[in-house]
Amino acid sequence: MVSLQWYVWLSLTLFMVGVFGFLTRRNIIMMFLSIEIMLNAVNLSLVSFSHFLNDLRGNIIVFFVITVAAAEAAIGLAILIALFRNRASANVDELKEMKG
Amino acid sequence: MNFLEIIFRPASFDVIVQLAIMVLKVVVVVGVIMLHVTYATYFERKSIGHMQVRLGPMRTGPHGLLQPIADFVKLFFKEDIIPAAADKPIFYMAPVISIFAGMSSLAVIPFFNGFVIANINIGLLFVLAMSSLGAYGIVMAGWSSNSKYSFLGGLRSSAQVISYEIALGLSLVGVMMMAGSLNMTEIVKAQLAYPTGMFLFPQILGFFVFMVAAFAETNRTPFDLPEAESELVAGYFVEYSGMRFALFYVAEYIGMIVMSLIAITCFLGGWDGPFQIPYVPFAWVFIKLYILIFLFYWIRATVPRFRYDHLMSFGWKILIPLALFNVVLTGLLKTLNVI
Amino acid sequence: MNEILFGYLSFAILALSIAAITRKNPVHAVLLMIVMFFHLATMYLALGAEFLAAVQIMVYAGAIMVLFLFVVLVLNIREEEKGERFASGWPLGISLAAGLLILILIITDKVLTGRQGQFTQAVILQETHTKAIGKLLYTQYVFPFEVASLILLVAIVGAIVLAKKRLG
Repeated sequence: MVSLQWYVWLSLTLFMVGVFGFLTRRNIIMMFLSIEIMLNAVNLSLVSFSHFLNDLRGNIIVFFVITVAAAEAAIGLAILIALFRNRASANVDELKEMKG
Repeated sequence: MNFLEIIFRPASFDVIVQLAIMVLKVVVVVGVIMLHVTYATYFERKSIGHMQVRLGPMRTGPHGLLQPIADFVKLFFKEDIIPAAADKPIFYMAPVISIFAGMSSLAVIPFFNGFVIANINIGLLFVLAMSSLGAYGIVMAGWSSNSKYSFLGGLRSSAQVISYEIALGLSLVGVMMMAGSLNMTEIVKAQLAYPTGMFLFPQILGFFVFMVAAFAETNRTPFDLPEAESELVAGYFVEYSGMRFALFYVAEYIGMIVMSLIAITCFLGGWDGPFQIPYVPFAWVFIKLYILIFLFYWIRATVPRFRYDHLMSFGWKILIPLALFNVVLTGLLKTLNVI
Repeated sequence: MNEILFGYLSFAILALSIAAITRKNPVHAVLLMIVMFFHLATMYLALGAEFLAAVQIMVYAGAIMVLFLFVVLVLNIREEEKGERFASGWPLGISLAAGLLILILIITDKVLTGRQGQFTQAVILQETHTKAIGKLLYTQYVFPFEVASLILLVAIVGAIVLAKKRLG
């Protein structure tokens, strides 16, 4: 049997892959994808906790996380489209209008 | 019994027998459906031919009966051309994904009582999840060909598929509410216990929305904009040739058959009919399937194509509100114990 | 769950996600992510969360990733491939991620698990996962459920307002 520990480690490593992607990629689409990886890592740990504690609360939180992720992706990509219309660039380093 | 559990248990004779039965079921279902796909093309050309006072294919074999086989042989031996600037891995994968998205839904469809490849509790959700993958095949084919026409066709058709998927999913919610289950076999059994024998009558609105959305999902007339010959050459698969082109063609027919089978399972009472046909338990499913497939052809020969903006506003402003209204109505009638 | 299955799935999930975030072309990254979501859904299935597995495919692979693909294609981000793949400070990024990983790995040994709940696998199997989740969502968690629907409404309105072309 695979114990809970293994799932926690897997989800942790997956989360760090997301962190690494978010910190190092400058393309805004890739940064969004990294956020999705992090959310999925958290979901995985919640589902495994739910399984090993015989409690459905973890699954319910995952349900809400997926809802929020969908809303976040829609809003984020809409912002990206609005941004792209003005700057024609998806590189976050080039977006520095607010810099004093 | 779950597929994963079967594979990952310590091997024993019992496991091997179960696995063999499962593989056999898959082979039978896929074989029968592929045979239907082959002759669905013939049936389409014949029936549309007669509707337009033509004869349809006549030369190959008696009444052109060997025409689909001749078509297959021709496409199989054609040169497989890949555009030089294409994104090769994605170009190769796109038709396979199109077929996979259609075929995988066959796994949860009950052909008669007790015959279903995977009797899973989330059958209807599985069908919706798999049909939502159909957009990838289209969008990948359109993008990877690296051609303006296929790109525009791909964008159009994926926008269409995504929009009508919402109506498709919502139209099935009424069925879920009435059956109280997502398991396809349970849905059919709930219909058999129902006075009319099928959910078509209380769910007529849901059935209408489902069929319209199914036409749009499978890119059939009057929603075959992605294949608008006069505007976009042939849409997303314009750069494909030979076997890969045939795969898209087959995927379209598999999509039609799968959508018809879902309609039969969810609205038309599945394997049950007005009287029992001895020794052929699957007869009613196939009779209903042929009627629905004929409906697809009939509408193709009758209705002109939608304009793109009309198509989008029809999907978003009429079908989705109708489907939502159906959900509310079903809930209301169910609380009042009318249905 | 079986060790072989877990080994394969965890290897595939990690390899696919690493491959996805290091792709130059966002389209390839999105497609790799979809395959990754399928493996994740299989893992949910093996953990007995069949409803979540279906939702994972439907929402992530069927909706969110299509949205990503659509935006990448419409904006034609192909031009972006020419630049540097990683930011100049990538060694700092990888060391930060690795440091955090090690830090939390040390902590995970000290975690105390909570009380056992009532939804054992047998109970869920008998009631079916979808029904069990549905009952909880509409009774105990009905307020968060309504809030979630409000969030979705806000997202719909917000996305349309943001992406709409300004008239006049």
